Amino acid sequence: MPDSLLRVLTCGSVDDGKSTLIGRLLFECGSIPDDVMAALERDSIRFGTVEGGVDYALLVDGLEAEREQGVTIDVAYRFFETPRRRFILADTPGHQQYTRNMATGASTADLAILLVDARNGLLDQTRRHAAIASLLGIRSMVLAINKMDLVDFDKTVFDAIVAGFDLLRDHLGELSVTAIPICARDGDNVTGDSARMPWYTGATLLAALEAAEPPSRADSHPFRFPVQYVSRPDQSFRGYAGSVASGTIRIGDKLTNTASRTKAKVARIVTMDGELDAAHAGLPVTLVLDREIDVSRGDVLAADPPPMLADQINAWVVWMDETPLFRGRAYQFKLGTKSVIGTITDITNRLDIDTLREVGVRELGLNEIGRVAISLSHPVACEPYSESRELGGFILVDRLTMGTVGAGMITDIRAGRTNVHWHRLDVDKQARASLNRQKPAVLWFTGLSGAGKSTIANIVEKQLLVLGHHTMTLDGDNVRHGLNRDLGFSEADRVENIRRIAEVAKLFVEAGLIVLVSFISPYRNERMLARDCVEDSEFLEIFVDTPVEECSRRDPKGLYQKAYAGQIRNFTGVDAPYEEPLDPEIRLPTLEASPEDLAGRVIDELRHRGVIA
Amino acid sequence: MTPRPSHLNELEAESIYILREVAAQSARPVLLYSIGKDSSALLHLARKAFFPARPPFPFLHIDTTWKFRDMITFRDATAQRLGLDLRLHTNPDGLRQGINPFDHGGAYTQIMKTDALKQALTEGKYDTAIGGARRDEERSRAKERIFSVRGPGHTWEPKRQRPELWHLYNGNLAPGETLRVFPLSNWTELDVWTYIQAEAIDVVPLYFAAWRPTVIREGQLIVVDDERMRFNPGEQPVPRLVRFRSLGCYPLSAAVASDASTVDDIVAEMRTTKMSERAGRLIDQEQGSSMERKKREGYF
Repeated sequence: MPDSLLRVLTCGSVDDGKSTLIGRLLFECGSIPDDVMAALERDSIRFGTVEGGVDYALLVDGLEAEREQGVTIDVAYRFFETPRRRFILADTPGHQQYTRNMATGASTADLAILLVDARNGLLDQTRRHAAIASLLGIRSMVLAINKMDLVDFDKTVFDAIVAGFDLLRDHLGELSVTAIPICARDGDNVTGDSARMPWYTGATLLAALEAAEPPSRADSHPFRFPVQYVSRPDQSFRGYAGSVASGTIRIGDKLTNTASRTKAKVARIVTMDGELDAAHAGLPVTLVLDREIDVSRGDVLAADPPPMLADQINAWVVWMDETPLFRGRAYQFKLGTKSVIGTITDITNRLDIDTLREVGVRELGLNEIGRVAISLSHPVACEPYSESRELGGFILVDRLTMGTVGAGMITDIRAGRTNVHWHRLDVDKQARASLNRQKPAVLWFTGLSGAGKSTIANIVEKQLLVLGHHTMTLDGDNVRHGLNRDLGFSEADRVENIRRIAEVAKLFVEAGLIVLVSFISPYRNERMLARDCVEDSEFLEIFVDTPVEECSRRDPKGLYQKAYAGQIRNFTGVDAPYEEPLDPEIRLPTLEASPEDLAGRVIDELRHRGVIA
Repeated sequence: MTPRPSHLNELEAESIYILREVAAQSARPVLLYSIGKDSSALLHLARKAFFPARPPFPFLHIDTTWKFRDMITFRDATAQRLGLDLRLHTNPDGLRQGINPFDHGGAYTQIMKTDALKQALTEGKYDTAIGGARRDEERSRAKERIFSVRGPGHTWEPKRQRPELWHLYNGNLAPGETLRVFPLSNWTELDVWTYIQAEAIDVVPLYFAAWRPTVIREGQLIVVDDERMRFNPGEQPVPRLVRFRSLGCYPLSAAVASDASTVDDIVAEMRTTKMSERAGRLIDQEQGSSMERKKREGYF
């Protein structure tokens, strides 16, 4: 009895012998009923294509008699099984509409068979097929070099093609390739060994298919459970039905609802076959939680670290509609079980399938693949496609025709305005490691009261968040209301005040964050102390340079007025000194530029220093 | 119960996912229950998908009035045992006109099955019909989507099918469109039987070999199910040990000679003898593309 299921994509043009190969596989594995076989034998004699034998191509080509009716520009699914494995073959036609069809077939495939005609070697088409399969995440390929009989079973021909394919692999990412010399018409190395190619001692095609490891994509990744359906048959039961997209869940495990950042534990794992102690990737179950939290279809229940909640993504998009894809168009965006509106904010590059190079474009036509930026109407829990097909692949649906017009694979996730609530999230060490795509840093804004430190720091932080970076703000005034409220303004308290702020900034740096500190910090010594808490490269002293006259004119909190009136003593710039930084990393002259422009300079400097990408 | 091959776990999981997607995406889904083995597997999967709740959609049987008696008995017993919301529909026009498989041939299928189905879907205002069709059954099915859109009038346009990637099923409908959903798309006949075996699912006894009165017509074994059977001159029913691989309307579904009297026997038989499942379905044999033509017109 078969013990597993493998989904296989076959690519190659009819001339490469794909139909013959598929026909032979189906026949050898007993998937051709006797009455169909009898008809095939009759047809083989009638057409006389294979002398004295059965032409297996007629079987598949026979199925494609619908060609004239236009059905063939489409994926066909065929099935066969061996005692070891059950196979689902997504058979995609070689030429017309191949991008769209190959992408469709590849989206669920574990392995691709690339068929090559030994006489022709690697063609552009082989390269295209390999590129699309790779883009869709297929990491296992069989290079079936067919028609070896027509090159006299010559090992050097086979070796040359394999060597040629090796050169391509640089463009294809991580990939395991098995090359097999075959003669599909006669069956050499398809299901049995070939006496005519004794130099080949590797696996037959069927043995390679039986031995191929299905990608273990799901189990090593943290637990993810896109909620499909809320089951509430009566007041006593509330469960969340779905299939485990990745990882394993056990009773008692803590989960986060990605949408609301609320947490609960798994109380029961319900199936009709009885309650389970654990559920692994792929299993459809109904989860009951230990407390009522708000969960709806489209939410993702996740183990830590939970997936990003994104409202802007970058992706490769395969465009499948006759109307081209333009910037500004809005579509229904379906990912996992979530459905929102996605607006195309940018189209930058198209992948030239022939050269595997990227070309700058403004729109994508039918069957083209390009890099697209999409803004989402509501935050969606998602992950890069390279990490999760389930939470990284999406489709675009036309809101008028309701047709599926595009398919995408997320490359980058950007959390924008929605992530201002991120601070409610428990970030542990693992979360930091996986989420940080930035170098931690302390941005130390120093300057007189009213110089504009907090104003600029706020803009910088917003921009960082929009760019998907993790930040934290420490404001001198706010810290004094909490952490440092026991401190006054004596010399000792001032030092202790700054020591604590520096230590807290250090902790946040260890957490991988970009920390924005807005603090008058008038003494060079104090700022030195703060700098010494972290690595030198992690500390950016930002001098918000506003003359005291301007500060006292702005006087946003009315403090200068009080200081001048003598109601406040030791007020920096009035009756206490401010020691200007001698060599700040960044100097921001507020009389010369707007806060937005100055914030932009900070962002530029962060890019320049590699703090952010 | 036989331990089931693990690839069935994957097929089962996929089908359950599909059924839940229908329940979540469609406003008024209905499951077309045709009483056969595929429907039995589908019903079992629907129960699993929504457990501990009942499937959140009704079950619809298009009763042509020419189903085998055993099928009707089984249908009613199953509905009662599982508390299904079972709805029946027969084309009232066809009934009035006395449309039957003996006198009306192809028109019978059109009127009592295809037209009846369209009527029932329209009257019930169902936007989605779940069916048990499989891609391995017939060549045009190999290319049909799992979520398959029907245009106004329930017609199928093979050229305008939506791409279907990953497990992202697009259940959105434009005005006038309806949906057919096939959760068993990737199952084979053998998968269905091994699943029935592993899960101990009840099926109609007609699938098991028994001595039944038969006549032979055009090389096919036709079982005489009731007194409405019309005999050709000189024709006499002969008891033969037969069973059905595929069930439909009784004079149109041919039996096969077999002594497989249990599910285990059937699975063993399927692994050795190989005739295509639809070899016994008289309506499928007219011409190469007849199924595709019927489907375009709204046949399930």
